[in-house]
Amino acid sequence: MQFMLLFSRQGKLRLQKWYVPLSDKEKKKITRELVQTVLARKPKMCSFLEWRDLKIVYKRYASLYFCCAIEDQDNELITLEIIHRYVELLDKYFGSVCELDIIFNFEKAYFILDEFLLGGEVQETSKKNVLKAIEQADLLQEVNFSFTRISQILFNPCIITGAYLFLQRSSAEQFGYFTVNIDVYVQWKFQQSGQKICW
Amino acid sequence: MSDVVERTLSALPGLLGQQDPGAGPGGGPGRVSATSRLGGLIRSITALSSKHEEEKLIQQEQTNLKATVSAPTTTLRLMKECMVRLIYCEMLGYESSFGYIHAIKLAQQGNLLEKRVGYLAVSLFLHENHELLLLLVNTVVKDLQSTNLVEVCMALTVVSQIFPREMIPAVLPLIEDKLQHSKEIIRRKAVQALYKFYLIAPNQVQHIHDKFRKALCDRDVGVMAASLHIYLQMIKKNASGYKDLTESFVSILKQVVGGKLPIDFNYHSVPAPWLQIQLLRILGLLGKDDPRTSELMYDVLDESLRRAEINHNITYAILFECVQTIYTICPKSDLLEKAAKCIGKFVLSPKINLKYLGLKALTYVIQQDPNLALQHQMTIIECLDHPDPIIKRETLELLYRITNGQNVTVIVQKMLDYLRQSKEEYTIINLTGKIAELVEKYPFLLLKWFIQTMNAVFSVGGDVMHPDIPNNFLRLLAEGFDDEKEDEELRLYAVQSYLSLLEEEDTFYPQKFLQVMSWVLGEYSYLINDGDPEVIITRLHRLLKQTFVTSETKAWIMTAVTKMSSRMSCSKTIDKLIQEFSTSLDTCMRQYAFELKHLCENKELMKNLFPLDASCDEIMVDASLSFLDGFVAEGLSCGAAPYKPHHQRQEEKLSQEKALNFEPYGLSFTSNMSSSGFTGRQSPAGLSLGSDMSGNSAELGQKETNCLKLDGVRKLWGKEGYLPKKENKTGKEDKTQPVPQDSILTAHVVDPPLMQSEQQVVSLSEEEKEKQQLASTLFVGLGSNSTISLVGDFYKLQVTKFTKYETQNSEEASSFQNIATLPFSPLPDTTPNNKENFQGNEHLGLRKISLSSSEVLEASVSFETSQSVTEVGLDEQLSNCRLSTSSLFADSNIEVFQPPQNVPDIVANKAPLSLCLPEELAGHPHSEIVELCSSDILTVYWCKVWTDDCSRLVLFVANNSTSPLKTVNLVNLNIFYTSVNFFLSFCQKCVQLEKVCTEGVLSGSISYHLDTDTHLEFSLTFSLSDFIRPMKMTTEDFGRLWLSFSNDVKQNLKMSPSQGSLSVALNALKQKLKLHIVEIIGNEGIAACRLLPSVPCLLHCRTHARTLALWFRSSCSALPDSLLYQCQKVMEEA
Repeated sequence: MQFMLLFSRQGKLRLQKWYVPLSDKEKKKITRELVQTVLARKPKMCSFLEWRDLKIVYKRYASLYFCCAIEDQDNELITLEIIHRYVELLDKYFGSVCELDIIFNFEKAYFILDEFLLGGEVQETSKKNVLKAIEQADLLQEVNFSFTRISQILFNPCIITGAYLFLQRSSAEQFGYFTVNIDVYVQWKFQQSGQKICW
Repeated sequence: MSDVVERTLSALPGLLGQQDPGAGPGGGPGRVSATSRLGGLIRSITALSSKHEEEKLIQQEQTNLKATVSAPTTTLRLMKECMVRLIYCEMLGYESSFGYIHAIKLAQQGNLLEKRVGYLAVSLFLHENHELLLLLVNTVVKDLQSTNLVEVCMALTVVSQIFPREMIPAVLPLIEDKLQHSKEIIRRKAVQALYKFYLIAPNQVQHIHDKFRKALCDRDVGVMAASLHIYLQMIKKNASGYKDLTESFVSILKQVVGGKLPIDFNYHSVPAPWLQIQLLRILGLLGKDDPRTSELMYDVLDESLRRAEINHNITYAILFECVQTIYTICPKSDLLEKAAKCIGKFVLSPKINLKYLGLKALTYVIQQDPNLALQHQMTIIECLDHPDPIIKRETLELLYRITNGQNVTVIVQKMLDYLRQSKEEYTIINLTGKIAELVEKYPFLLLKWFIQTMNAVFSVGGDVMHPDIPNNFLRLLAEGFDDEKEDEELRLYAVQSYLSLLEEEDTFYPQKFLQVMSWVLGEYSYLINDGDPEVIITRLHRLLKQTFVTSETKAWIMTAVTKMSSRMSCSKTIDKLIQEFSTSLDTCMRQYAFELKHLCENKELMKNLFPLDASCDEIMVDASLSFLDGFVAEGLSCGAAPYKPHHQRQEEKLSQEKALNFEPYGLSFTSNMSSSGFTGRQSPAGLSLGSDMSGNSAELGQKETNCLKLDGVRKLWGKEGYLPKKENKTGKEDKTQPVPQDSILTAHVVDPPLMQSEQQVVSLSEEEKEKQQLASTLFVGLGSNSTISLVGDFYKLQVTKFTKYETQNSEEASSFQNIATLPFSPLPDTTPNNKENFQGNEHLGLRKISLSSSEVLEASVSFETSQSVTEVGLDEQLSNCRLSTSSLFADSNIEVFQPPQNVPDIVANKAPLSLCLPEELAGHPHSEIVELCSSDILTVYWCKVWTDDCSRLVLFVANNSTSPLKTVNLVNLNIFYTSVNFFLSFCQKCVQLEKVCTEGVLSGSISYHLDTDTHLEFSLTFSLSDFIRPMKMTTEDFGRLWLSFSNDVKQNLKMSPSQGSLSVALNALKQKLKLHIVEIIGNEGIAACRLLPSVPCLLHCRTHARTLALWFRSSCSALPDSLLYQCQKVMEEA
């Protein structure tokens, strides 16, 4: 795959990922031309386009157009399914995704895309594995980030020790499962004690 | 303590269930951070109404951001926020390069959360050639060594997306280690990173091929799937190297199709479709032209076809890939049948996407099975009028493939209609090229149609179309076909149509079209008997005054006027024209006017200069410029310095001055090389022509073709003069055969299926009838059981097309005959049937050789690559197909020698042969003469000879039998003998490297006829070292060159104890790679070599504690890499 673009019905770019080195000027030109061409197409028309020497595969989901550029010998239908799989992933992550989710959390959308497609090739086709990877990264960051603050405000030293224990184990490569535990557990503890967590 | 743990664990399931799905562990941070600054920015931008306001707002935002990011007090957390906003600004199209460096800093310094955003920003902002990327390398190395998995993952992700090519050695060992990591996600990403490296620098990962195999056998499906990306690429490059893996791929596919994978990998209840498609593609590449490998995969392909049943896009995707694979590998009839049925499913589907793919598949298979098009002809006709232009376009592509002599007019008409509607440049270029190709293939059909279609192409295609199109058209027109009368009619019609086009005032025509018109008018306007040349000149004159005409076109027009004026006694318009432009502000025009004026004063000279209808005549070029001898002698006698060629002057200058040489070093070598070759001859020719015609640009094109002709025949201009043309029947037949069209080319006979369809027409409506009619015109001549009756004409056409080659070839052939018969003149009495008849011949036409992917190494046809390629393009109608053939090893100067030892009697031929090289080659280093392939009749031996200017492949063909062999044909090497009844013969070819790569396979086959046709296939491997020659230079020169080269590669190699010192290692390299050792001082040494013909490469090496640090520099970017690989191999062997 050469690049992927997400844009709205108004032609506003929402996401862009380039897998081939191009100058900014070229990127802009390609984006402008493609957005125009794709938006001009009628709904009943074919999802594929021949554009320059590339094939464009696009699909509309609600108000968003997903648009991929592939080489001529690539399989168009499977590209269409790549788009669909990406939408499924977004949907699962955000919980019935809408355009606003992508507008305001575009960096998250990028993270998901990077776990799914890498360097223009499909990296992981299992939905579960992609989301697991994203959640692990999300969670570990949250805990790491707020750990000092927790220790300042936490009242029960027992929990702190527990947290330490978990964190230490987490760095010992089993972080996935255990960090989920500590995160949930700390949240739960806070709720019990009536304090608000300030992440 | 422990009860805390226990409580936590027991409470977990319930807790997880309580979570709000929207704000789940991952979704928690999701849902619009409404209060954040990014949210504010986004909201205020959406609220704006005009682009101008947006610009203002972004500018303000950027100023704020700039201040924030460069302030030292900014916390990393704030920085992270700023980065996200910067990404947003970039997405809107506002460049924010000031933030790039901060993105890198964030990736370096931040904690996980910030690092992640930093890496993301870097991957979005920078591209792989960006200089700032170098600053990231250290961070990546650090993170790769981290114990935190998330950090390692992030580093691997960024490496797989963008990484500077020259820094790969810095991270490569780390990533290799990760291939053994216990976590599958890390292994997968490491494989993906190696895939990226393979794409940008294949030679650097060549040594880890074993590890790729391990990845292929990984227990995790993801890792295995990732390794397939690498295998697909490698197999694309060299399928023959991976045939042994076919069974593994087949068994993997079997498992996938059989549903043995974890259910996670299912997509809409289809098991791992991505994996399946990847595997199918790999199998297709492996099975291509290889019956034995294909055999292995028939079962699994059948299984895949059978399993893909559900009516979902994803199954169609797999089916499509299956069909493609089935048609790519060696065919098996029942699979083909099933695949054809599948294509039918696509084509007939109401879903437009599937229909499109059906057409695409049809286009792909149509050449193998034209009957399929007949089955679906009605659908194709419908698609031709489809409202979606993409469908239309694909249908035209399909029709283009099935064109023959009868349907060409209809198809071209359809293409023209489409062309007129399309506005996109790329489509226009593509379509005009195709139309022109078709039209030129069948110009004999209808003269008027030919001219009119080309007119349409020129006026629509305008100035964007490929420059070859007008050139080819003019060449066809000038060379004509065999029938003089028809040619004249054609030219006359062209002249008339252009005149009528020019009649209308103020119509705009593209420049190219005007140039074509003016050339034709200038050359052939004399054909109009009744017309007044004055009228034509007036029209041209009017054009000259138009503002839209560019100065290049004006030059063409002026040439036309000049040519015409040579045929007229005097003309008022010309006088007026001369007067007008003698005072023109445009210096070129003024010069033309003055030339014309002077020429008009000397009509005799002018008639000589512009003979009638002589555009195809060879222009004799005195390459030695002997007519200047007197002038030179005079100059010398007056004390002028004798002439030194450019490179000699440069060398002298180099040795005198100690200044830096700013000229690219390779240049001087090129001129050196070609002094006897192409440019050497061309430049004086250009000079002499130039002085006669003063850079007449209309003649330039012509001149070019003349040069081209000269190139092929240069050896034939001896003292005897021009050797007479000779008809070469066998050659011609051979040429017509390979053209695929003639197998489906038919005439007046309509094949049976079509007859049936026509009988059905009766009951159909008018509209249907029309469509049927269209169908019958379009699909006429397809199908296998039709007879060929147009072959005569077609044959004629082929001959015309190759006229030029014909002359060359026959001349070459006759010269070969000269050589061949010489040593044999005393023989006829003793062995009467030993009379040799050599006919070297360019094996023209469309050979399907280049389809086989085994040819990685590209070789060029003659000395100068770029020129030869354009020549080929100009020379041949079939340039598209031909260009692909240029990837073959070929040489226009085939030399066939008659070795002295073939005189001995035939009885001795069973004894072991004493093969030896001809004298002129024996002095050069060469490899051992080894048997290449053999049958009971014929044995082929080969050997490589490394001469100074090229690598030659010498093939010995020995006849083991006593009976004479007829028509021995070396297919890929462009040589063929009409008879090899002699005992031993050999031929040599110059093999050249067009693209730098480490290894290439040259495959070919030899076929001969003795009762039956027999083929012997063989393949030879050429490595880069075959094309490397030592380059002598001094240490000073080395230093100078070293600084002027920009492409370098460094690598440390381990030395085995046996290799000991530097000089031993260097000597090994010298022997194996033919390097020239410039100097060795202590533990440092320098060496130089050149890649043929003259691309220099310098090597600096240093030993340090059992490691050999190699540092290559060259003017060619790919060369150091490949050389390094060769060195690695040499060192390993040693």
